[in-house]
Amino acid sequence: MKKLIGSIALSLAMVFAVGAASAAEKLKIGFIYVGPIGDHGWSYQHDQGRLAIEKAFGDKVETVYVEKVAEGPDAERAIERLARKGAGLIFTTSFGFMEPTLKVAKRFPKVKFEHATGYKQSKNVATYNARFYEGRYIIGQIAAKMSKSGTAGYIASFPIPEVVMGINSFILGAQTINPNFKLKVIWVNSWFDPGKEADAAKVLIGQGADIITQHTDSTAPLQIAADKGAMGFGQASNMIKFAPKAQLTSIVDNWAPYYVRRVRAVLDGTWTSSNTWDGLTQGTVEMAPYTNMPADVAAMAKKTQAMITSGKLHPFTGPLYKQDGSMALAAGKVMDDGTLSGMNWYVKGIDGNLPK
Amino acid sequence: MGAFEAVILTIITASTPLLLAAIGELVTERSGVLNLGVEGMMIMGAVCGFAAAYTSQSAMLGVAAGLIAGVGMSLLFAFLTQTLMTSQVATGLSLTLLGLGLSGLIGEAFTGLPGIKLAALDIPFLSDIPFIGPILFGHDILVYASLAITAGAAYVLFRTRLGLIITAVGGNHHSAHALGYNVIRVRYGCIAFGGGCSGLAGAYLSLAYTPQWIENMSSGRGWIALALVVFSTWLPGRVLIGAYLFGAVWIMGLYVQALGVAIPAQLLSSLPYLVTIVALIIISGNKTLTKVNTPACIGQPFAPER
Amino acid sequence: MMLILEKRSEQSRAMTFLSPILAIGLTVVIGGFIFAGLGLDPFKALYIYFIEPMTSLWSIEELVVKAAPLILIGAGLAICYTANVWNIGAEGQLTIGALFGSAIPVYFTAWQSPLTLVLMLVLGAIGGALFGAIPALLKNRFGANEILTSLMLVYVAQLLLDWLVRGHWRDPKGFNFPQSVPFEGWQLLPLLGEGRVHMGAILAVIAVFILWVMMSRSLRGFEIRVIGSSPRAGAFAGFSQKRVVLFCFMLSGGLAGLAGICEVAGPSGQLQPTISPGYGFTAIIVAFLGRLNPIGVLFAGVLLAISYLGGEAAQVELGISDKTAQVFQGMLLFFILACDTLIHYRIKFAPGRGAAGAA
Repeated sequence: MKKLIGSIALSLAMVFAVGAASAAEKLKIGFIYVGPIGDHGWSYQHDQGRLAIEKAFGDKVETVYVEKVAEGPDAERAIERLARKGAGLIFTTSFGFMEPTLKVAKRFPKVKFEHATGYKQSKNVATYNARFYEGRYIIGQIAAKMSKSGTAGYIASFPIPEVVMGINSFILGAQTINPNFKLKVIWVNSWFDPGKEADAAKVLIGQGADIITQHTDSTAPLQIAADKGAMGFGQASNMIKFAPKAQLTSIVDNWAPYYVRRVRAVLDGTWTSSNTWDGLTQGTVEMAPYTNMPADVAAMAKKTQAMITSGKLHPFTGPLYKQDGSMALAAGKVMDDGTLSGMNWYVKGIDGNLPK
Repeated sequence: MGAFEAVILTIITASTPLLLAAIGELVTERSGVLNLGVEGMMIMGAVCGFAAAYTSQSAMLGVAAGLIAGVGMSLLFAFLTQTLMTSQVATGLSLTLLGLGLSGLIGEAFTGLPGIKLAALDIPFLSDIPFIGPILFGHDILVYASLAITAGAAYVLFRTRLGLIITAVGGNHHSAHALGYNVIRVRYGCIAFGGGCSGLAGAYLSLAYTPQWIENMSSGRGWIALALVVFSTWLPGRVLIGAYLFGAVWIMGLYVQALGVAIPAQLLSSLPYLVTIVALIIISGNKTLTKVNTPACIGQPFAPER
Repeated sequence: MMLILEKRSEQSRAMTFLSPILAIGLTVVIGGFIFAGLGLDPFKALYIYFIEPMTSLWSIEELVVKAAPLILIGAGLAICYTANVWNIGAEGQLTIGALFGSAIPVYFTAWQSPLTLVLMLVLGAIGGALFGAIPALLKNRFGANEILTSLMLVYVAQLLLDWLVRGHWRDPKGFNFPQSVPFEGWQLLPLLGEGRVHMGAILAVIAVFILWVMMSRSLRGFEIRVIGSSPRAGAFAGFSQKRVVLFCFMLSGGLAGLAGICEVAGPSGQLQPTISPGYGFTAIIVAFLGRLNPIGVLFAGVLLAISYLGGEAAQVELGISDKTAQVFQGMLLFFILACDTLIHYRIKFAPGRGAAGAA
């Protein structure tokens, strides 16, 4: 009996929620962030995308967000709350939200979901990611040109494919300039810990790296590089104001073009589930201005950027060799997205071992 | 700059905030009070320090603001635990919760701004001596302050009447009370001192370690400071050793990794905690060492009427 | 004016009930002013914060989901703290419990039988209890401070989970992403009703009841009380402090471990690098708010769950940041702690410098 009343109330609530959504003219768009929007990195850039939507569509949309949502059981509730509040489109912006997003999507078939960095789609769940490795190829080339010691330091977060492909892309770029370029990697086991990142940067510089790059979100490594007279690259956003004399460029996540495109599709009624992996071509990956380098290096970087943007150059083009010397990709072949997104090995030329 | 020198400098930076927070908490615990809110006081020191420094463009004002913020937070703790006699464990944990929330709120306006870096005290000639110069004379004022505070705390605790009173209050508050000492007032003072030190540690994070404000930037250092106090068996000299040992273990872990030795990052990250546990066992196993210095009244509320 | 506390000869019965109401009242009033200061309608804001979470079946169900682990862990910790045993590492015991229980679906992915679930739950409790035994043994054997060792072990446990989920226990079909195989069928807790409420909620209520009976009716409960208030008196009565320390740690650890496997086999459905949003730490506050009484913990757990859900609702409905909610929660806790003083003490105001200290 109790169950019956429960299910009646639940279905009433659902009818109401769906009814409310269709009655309102405004499209309500929800965002779930894993970090605080003040992290000035990953969540901050997604929030910039949200603001871009508000700017582009004005009165036609209404946005709402929940920040600092822990990956795990809490995420499902936060997502469902947005769906119940009549959101017609919900962006869930961290990998750990994949299963919760799919579960809620099953219960709210009319609501459209966009999940960042995941690999499972459904009828109303689309996924999207950015080809940050394209940017890393360019900064690898710049590093090899600018380094006097021939060694760069790389501060990495977790050994997942996303990060590993970034390291490989960086060294492949560098090897086109200096085949003997060395790379020292420190794994800090965190996406965001300014103190640890700063310590890692200091250790790397102490061991002779004069270029610092990172796959973590804080500005600390760049500040340390500036402090110690080394050069570095920004991450996620343009960090030039934190290191005006040391930032060479920055790989900027710009979700705005994709977000605006998807919102327009919902408004036009043309939205379908898809798996999007945009890069420099679509403007999802942007390079901050090339600064603090001679004109010829900047020109080379721009040329590489133009070639990747136009599709003439793919960072992972054969022949490619794994660290142990075995062939990973035959000459002339371009790596397919499936292999790329499951990458768990270093290319030849990296000394350390990939933690398992 | 040599690699060895760089490592030493890095260790000093990594250890300073731990030392500051730990020596403050040591004095608090000596008086018989356990304040688990170090993390909350530290993060408030960090945000207030950054905000004041950014607004006034003066790093020293930032340091002062961090100190005040830490003291303010600790007085809230003192009022609840000493005057209202609430549970110290629960109040301390709530203080951490409040500090993390409040600092985020205050810091919203200051996120993503380049900070003011606390300048190194460049002492002419001395700082220029190779190797010794940068290591001994090239730091900012908080590094020296942390050492001076530690020395000062050791002096006061073991060489002065005030130190005797603090130890008496922490050791047996009923007899201290019977001897005519104002237990509550002494504890208020020690809590405020601890808060001030935690505030300074926070200011060090946002003004010297990584000069910027980021939510949650203390990332657990307050808890490590708490561990250090026990590790030290409430002796200031050992807190100093402990803080630097902690810093050294951590930095050496990174160093070895950068040399290309593959260790799981998780093992590396858990090393400081495992080291503390082992040290705790070794130190606690030596009964004579611990018993003498452990404040017997730690965590217990004191009601004068009893 | 000086504030003086006078100890009541016995606990005030009236205050036992009035103090939480007073605390909530104070929070509501001051919170109202804060909301008004932020330019919001204070009545609407307070409604969303405190009442809204209880207005729909969905959010009541979510409330239960959120409260269940807090109660399960908080009840065990309440016993610990009554005995003056300071386990603040429940978060670690929760993690290890989740790991132990998850070993079944990870290694015997295809095994489907009601026994699977039972074994997972039992292993979860055993894992938590064993991990809880470490600080207890270190205290009994070496006298190592249990507050610190149990806290340090939290980080060790979380890093172990992180290492497993990113390494050996990774889902082979998961593109190297950090998660275990998704649990299925009898590897998941049966759900109650339409929403996400799972069997863990029933386990929590059962645990509260058993612990309440144990503390009020059994010799073991008496032993814990005596050791907690005076170890020396306990020794005269023939009670062993060491045994109580070990018992309390294993009990609270076991319950935390059970909560852990319930989270993983319930709402999560698989292992992930983070499995708990700090339940083990929040439960410490729950234990105190519940006045170290298992029944009190039941109410305290629900209250804390409301404040979480209310904070989340406020973000969505009012657009206020997550930090405001956190500050609000901190404030509520402080008021509750402060008001509880009234149970044991009478407040008096004395003119001038009081005789509180320097007698």
